[in-house]
Amino acid sequence: MSMILDIRNLSRVHGTSGQKVHALRGVDLAVASGELVAVMGPSGSGKSTLLTCAGGLDRPTSGEVLVDGNDLATLNAKAVAALRRRRIGYVFQDFNLIPALTAVENVMLPLELDCTRARTARKYAEAALAEVAIPELADRFPDHMSGGQRQRVAIARAIVGDRRILLADEPTGALDSDTGEAVLQLLRDRCDQHGIAGVLVTHDARHAAWADRVVYLRDGVLVGQSGPLPEVDILLETR
Amino acid sequence: MSIKHGLLALLRTEPKYGYQLRGEFEAATNSTWPLNIGQVYTTLTRLERDGLVQASQAGKDDDGRSLYEITEAGRTELAKWFETPVTRESRPRDELAIKLALALAVPGIDVSAVLQRQRASTMESMQELTRLKRIGRDGEISWLLVLESMIFSAEAEIRWLDHCEAMLSRHRRSAKTSTASKDQHQPEDHKAGANQ
Ligand SMILES: Nc1ncnc2c1ncn2[C@@H]1O[C@H](COP(=O)(O)OP(=O)(O)OP(=O)(O)O)[C@@H](O)[C@H]1O
Ligand SMILES: [Mg+2]
Repeated sequence: MSMILDIRNLSRVHGTSGQKVHALRGVDLAVASGELVAVMGPSGSGKSTLLTCAGGLDRPTSGEVLVDGNDLATLNAKAVAALRRRRIGYVFQDFNLIPALTAVENVMLPLELDCTRARTARKYAEAALAEVAIPELADRFPDHMSGGQRQRVAIARAIVGDRRILLADEPTGALDSDTGEAVLQLLRDRCDQHGIAGVLVTHDARHAAWADRVVYLRDGVLVGQSGPLPEVDILLETR
Repeated sequence: MSIKHGLLALLRTEPKYGYQLRGEFEAATNSTWPLNIGQVYTTLTRLERDGLVQASQAGKDDDGRSLYEITEAGRTELAKWFETPVTRESRPRDELAIKLALALAVPGIDVSAVLQRQRASTMESMQELTRLKRIGRDGEISWLLVLESMIFSAEAEIRWLDHCEAMLSRHRRSAKTSTASKDQHQPEDHKAGANQ
């Protein structure tokens, strides 16, 4: 079966020789097309480190991160950046929207950086905003939105264009339970309907329960998982 | 789960037959608590004995089955049920609490593994409930409420497990530091031990 994201024996050591932090130790995680995986674990267990390595924002100390079969370590910085813009959507723990740009301009940004013509980029961006149910906020600035609305803009930016991987670090952190559920519904639909591979970091068990699989990190080690392995899932579907 | 009060609630608006009650009870809870017809009739008989329902004079159907209606006493009982909060005594969680307490008390049990297995298993039922919620999102609101109730209690259990694990690792750390400081004083301790 096709693993869009395949992480093998990933380790990441932060810091210098004096003060080493083993943020991740030998983590294996493969995510198939259409699959949503939730990562849970206490603060400091390595969740964000796992996500940034998966998204090419950080480099592993050892091990491999394969995106569509390409090992990120074998690509140069420019190629990784291009892959990130085209294939990988990233929702940051603190949204990372640019305050001087409107919602739609924020969403257009990855496309424009990738040299898509402005008119086309705008069209795609408006479609993405419609998909996260805030088309009317296109021309609003982030500072004039609620936390939940900013969160949706951040998600729209992560799904705009033809992304295959969606990485979301606590995308429901600042939301009430109902709005949080709506965000999960949205991520779920992306995976179900567009075959995106999604990885979601969350502290909230209710939200994790929307995932096909939940994996648990403790001190940089995966200690278990809930839900079927993808292979088993496929067997059940074709029966 | 109180079948008794469930049936009273269904009888509140109009008299009904036993098989009808069974169908409506299952529809309201989407068969989360399946009832067999025997349970329904046993419960109705007890309710009748206690004066909370009566078999209506008018209606026996062709097969001789009775039509039941709620009495004034039944209405009072039902109102009281809705007014009284459900208490949380003997819940299945207690078995879990006891299991964990014993895992800690008995040497040689990997408590973290017990916690993790429980967490994974509870999460799996929560995933299943969430899947049902997704499929049924346009369905009966009563069914969705029942599902949410089960999701929330599963969530509470997971949060409790996380809490137990955090408490435990804090406890282990402080136990380690206290043995470490004991180790430093070991020569004295040793002497003290020898003197005893
Ligand atoms: N740039 C860095 N330099 C040094 N140490 C780091 C760096 N980034 C993360 N760490 C350390 O790596 C470990 C894992 O951090 P990470 O941010 O992945 O945790 P997390 O699971 O996302 O936590 P949280 O739930 O609080 O967001 C922590 O001990 C953290 O202090
Ligand atoms: Mg983090």
